[in-house]
Amino acid sequence: MSNRLVTVEGLSKVYPGKKNAPDSIIFEGVNLAINKGEFVCIIGHSGCGKSTILNVLAGLDDATSGAVIMDGQEVVGPSLDRGVVFQNYSLLPWLTTLQNVVFGVRARWPRWSKAKIQAHAKHYLSMVGLGEALDRKPSELSGGMRQRVSIARAFATEPKLLLLDEPFGALDALTRGNIQDELVKICAETEQTVFMITHDVDEAILLADRILLMTNGPNARIAEDIQIKIPKPRDRAQIVEDEGYYTIRNYLVNFLVKRSGDPALKDAAHKAPKVVDPLNFKPVASKPTAQNSNVQPMTFTAKA
Amino acid sequence: MASLNIKAVILSLLIFSVLVGLWELTHQSPEAEEALSEFELLMGGADQEARVPPPSAVATLAWSELSNPFYDAGPNDKGIGIQLAYSLYRVLTGYFLAALIAIPLGFVIGMSPLMYRALNPFIQVLRPISPLAWMPLALFIIKDSEQSAIFVIFICSIWPMLINTAFGVAGVRNDWVNVAKTHELSALRTAFTVILPAAAPTILTGMRISIGIAWLVIVAAEMLVGGTGIGYYVWNEWNNLDLSSVIFSIIMIGVIGMLLDLALNACARFVSYNE
Repeated sequence: MSNRLVTVEGLSKVYPGKKNAPDSIIFEGVNLAINKGEFVCIIGHSGCGKSTILNVLAGLDDATSGAVIMDGQEVVGPSLDRGVVFQNYSLLPWLTTLQNVVFGVRARWPRWSKAKIQAHAKHYLSMVGLGEALDRKPSELSGGMRQRVSIARAFATEPKLLLLDEPFGALDALTRGNIQDELVKICAETEQTVFMITHDVDEAILLADRILLMTNGPNARIAEDIQIKIPKPRDRAQIVEDEGYYTIRNYLVNFLVKRSGDPALKDAAHKAPKVVDPLNFKPVASKPTAQNSNVQPMTFTAKA
Repeated sequence: MASLNIKAVILSLLIFSVLVGLWELTHQSPEAEEALSEFELLMGGADQEARVPPPSAVATLAWSELSNPFYDAGPNDKGIGIQLAYSLYRVLTGYFLAALIAIPLGFVIGMSPLMYRALNPFIQVLRPISPLAWMPLALFIIKDSEQSAIFVIFICSIWPMLINTAFGVAGVRNDWVNVAKTHELSALRTAFTVILPAAAPTILTGMRISIGIAWLVIVAAEMLVGGTGIGYYVWNEWNNLDLSSVIFSIIMIGVIGMLLDLALNACARFVSYNE
């Protein structure tokens, strides 16, 4: 329990209906927990409120009810403890690559000397492979490089929780693959706790310790909490050869295509998401590979 | 690209020489049909028909004026440099006073929808008023023609800067504001490190429009208040019926206006950014 970083309890977002129209409930009864060092992905169809959940975690949006508790304190407003990488990079276009990262580092440690701030920023830029493009403006960088700068800025502030809002959504598949590899590497080096929104099932399996599956909106919920017990560190080329990979992948795709709209699922998920290990889920599943110790077990109990 | 520039320069020179050549040719003094009478000789041979002086006369005057621009031979005979300096002093004083108020106020209006709604009616009513309409009131209250001219410049240059600053600040991308928020920047640091650089190109556009308007207005204002300045100079030379000087000062007004605009354009390039 001491390993717990973030607890979200009974979160809901409701937009009051105009005049006599009923209120529109985006999501309700969202419960989730994130442990230190964990990489948690959340997947769901558009409109289920994933981004709103992330913005609430970031402190940029307010939930209608429920609470987010991080390190024993309720989250109110944005904080440097929660770094955010947005889908559209949100770099400051009048600053160079280095200045953008320095911007974050200086905000985090205002008392550091200029040299120390620069060195720290350069360290993180070289981690994402941008040691050479320090003096270029974002407009002179490709989309992939911009997102790398954005990731470097977020990691450089060493937040307790890193929030990634579909960071690779706007990138082409090849670039995306390369940055995913870098993300795997940096996460392993820094043991950063990450909460990430994605639409890409393969990306989620590659990166995540757990994948939260959301039902369709409106009135969405987190229905299932999928344990990904493929050993880490993972490799984009190797992971597809893992025995459990396609079992997990099929389970996820099946959920998104066939089950995410099922009303019964919402009722079942009323209290807490159902913990599922797809490798043990089906009787025909191949040999379980649960012996790895990197994965923190989920603390919620399923009440299906 | 270089060849295009060269072609453009050649074409400009060609157009210039054609226009000036036509002007020169059409304004030759008519040949006297008969020998001047004794009376005409006594009067210096001036023909009775007033005409616009030819460019050669203007060029001769320009050369003599520009070779000694800062002479001062009494209230009605000052060099073109002195007159322009007076005008520039008034324009820049009024302009920077306006910037000092318009930019912070524009920030407030841009950041606060309440202030925007509260102040918008005032701006909408005050903005279309011709700056010269303020002149009598300014003269009555300030009781000083010099400061009244500065006030007129102030009032005409404040609106574009105010409106553009408010517009630029209100239009700063939400993502950048969110970046400031997630980095826990104070309101003041957000204003200076995120909103000001983001809105700077729009603010500079407003400043460019303002300096253009201020330079337009100063000529008219100085025609009214008199004494010194390029506007007064134009009017004074008209009263002297010295049309060469009038044309020369018109050209100088254009050149200075262009230089002011170029200066602000350079500043604008300094703060611009590509997304």
